[in-house]
Amino acid sequence: MFDAEALIIALTVFVLAIFIGYEVITKVPPTLHTPLMSGSNAISGIVIVGALLVAGKADGITGQILGAIAVGLAMINVVGGFMVTDRMLKMFRRSGQK
Amino acid sequence: MSTDAIFHMNLTNAAYIVAAILFIVGLKQLGSPATARNGNRMSALAMLVAVLATIVGNDIASWEWILGGVIVGSAIGAYSARKVEMTSMPQLVAIFNGFGGAASAVIAAGELIRLIDEGAVIAEDVSITIMASVIVGGVTLTGSFIAYGKLQGIVPTRPLLLPIRNVINVALLIGMIASTVWLVVDPSITAFLIAGGIALALGILVVIPIGGADMPVVIALLNSYSGIAGAATGFVLGNNMLIIAGSLVGASGLILTRIMTKAMNRSLMNVMLGGFGVEDGASAGGEEETRPVTSIQPDDAATMLAYAQSVIFVPGYGLAVAQAQHQVRELADLLKAKGISVKYAIHPVAGRMPGHMNVLLAEANVPYDELKDLDEINGEFQRTDVAVVVGANDVTNPSARTDTSSPIYGMPILNVDQAASVIMMKRGMSAGFAGVQNELFFLDKTQMLFGDAKDSVEKITAEVKDL
Repeated sequence: MFDAEALIIALTVFVLAIFIGYEVITKVPPTLHTPLMSGSNAISGIVIVGALLVAGKADGITGQILGAIAVGLAMINVVGGFMVTDRMLKMFRRSGQK
Repeated sequence: MSTDAIFHMNLTNAAYIVAAILFIVGLKQLGSPATARNGNRMSALAMLVAVLATIVGNDIASWEWILGGVIVGSAIGAYSARKVEMTSMPQLVAIFNGFGGAASAVIAAGELIRLIDEGAVIAEDVSITIMASVIVGGVTLTGSFIAYGKLQGIVPTRPLLLPIRNVINVALLIGMIASTVWLVVDPSITAFLIAGGIALALGILVVIPIGGADMPVVIALLNSYSGIAGAATGFVLGNNMLIIAGSLVGASGLILTRIMTKAMNRSLMNVMLGGFGVEDGASAGGEEETRPVTSIQPDDAATMLAYAQSVIFVPGYGLAVAQAQHQVRELADLLKAKGISVKYAIHPVAGRMPGHMNVLLAEANVPYDELKDLDEINGEFQRTDVAVVVGANDVTNPSARTDTSSPIYGMPILNVDQAASVIMMKRGMSAGFAGVQNELFFLDKTQMLFGDAKDSVEKITAEVKDL
């Protein structure tokens, strides 16, 4: 069933989140743009939530396999993204700072 | 729904709000290098909260497959995060973008199969968002892999232009719209697979005509797509967590894309249409360069540097290729010990991804406050004795200011030509990516130091030590 109310709520969340993202991310200095990219890459791994929902609800074997693949792909982003971002940020230091 | 289930659902949604706040605060803390590491940890915590909330709030029927996915995915992610060289960071980000897009597309497929199996009537908004998810996800997947291939040198980095590519692209777009309409009217796996196939082909065709040095723009854009694909998946599943986090990533990628295109004085359209430098490169190659340049040996370069009062290093992609960041920092330390002022000038599009040079120099232990961006440093070149260009080219070309016929006219450049003298490290006389000869080479104040950047810098350092 087409649920107009749910769609409007989802769109509201979407639009507001874009604005918040814009405000927050324009303040990231150029020196941190690579960690910003790898870090936001990790955040896009949020599709893990969707992957869990699909895998969890699946009855047939096809659905379960697709769910597992999606979980695996998303986990690469989550684990790899956060770890590599941390590895980079660890290296940034000020003058005179050890 | 039982009261118990409703309670769990509310709990999950409450936890999603906590996760959303943590993501936003985490990104906010990326606003300064001092707090950035903590910010990244907060985002990771947010992810953990979101995942746990999802598991608690939903009946997850079978665990075996999910656990398998978690273990394999985490292992691959952790291994690549540890092993990757800082110079290869653009490739890693490109390929991770691709996996993110693929995950969204696969989720859409799984959801569609489930809905069809259940024999449910699929509402229009669900079928449209399923298509959005698979199309954006599919384009992101193959586009990212081509970008990876170009960065890695597996796919030719020069723009590849198919003769009838516009016809093909239009045909694919029509096919995509048609299959979407088909899926909305009559939900079938076939329509879904056609749309998916078209999206995969489109990803390849969109990125293949784009040249290697335009990859910063492409990666930023694909980064944005991977977020948008995630948000689209959120619409499919009616899940706010996905919509919020996906939008944050989408916004981030779009902002970076805009910064990159602005720094090249080009429109996104111009980058995406590809073929930059091809036509111009052909004509520039036609007229043989006969003007003389002055070349210099490492020992003379060492003398110039040792007797200077101020030095600015200008790193570019060549620095990454030669892996010369540690050698440059060593030379800079040596000069600083002699009381010489040393700074680094970083152009926004230097390297193969936004901020690439900053990460390389951070790896070599250069403090981030010594790295100056375009606006900060450009006024200082005229007060500087020696500018040392290490593997940068187009971003130093003064004809971007004056020559209206140049393809890079209007691009903001580093004012290297205003320094008292310039040492230009380069392998040979080849033109930059834009296909135009760099006027900087032919100035009287410019000394060309030919050879591998790492090798040259090492020799200079040895000479400076002996002085």
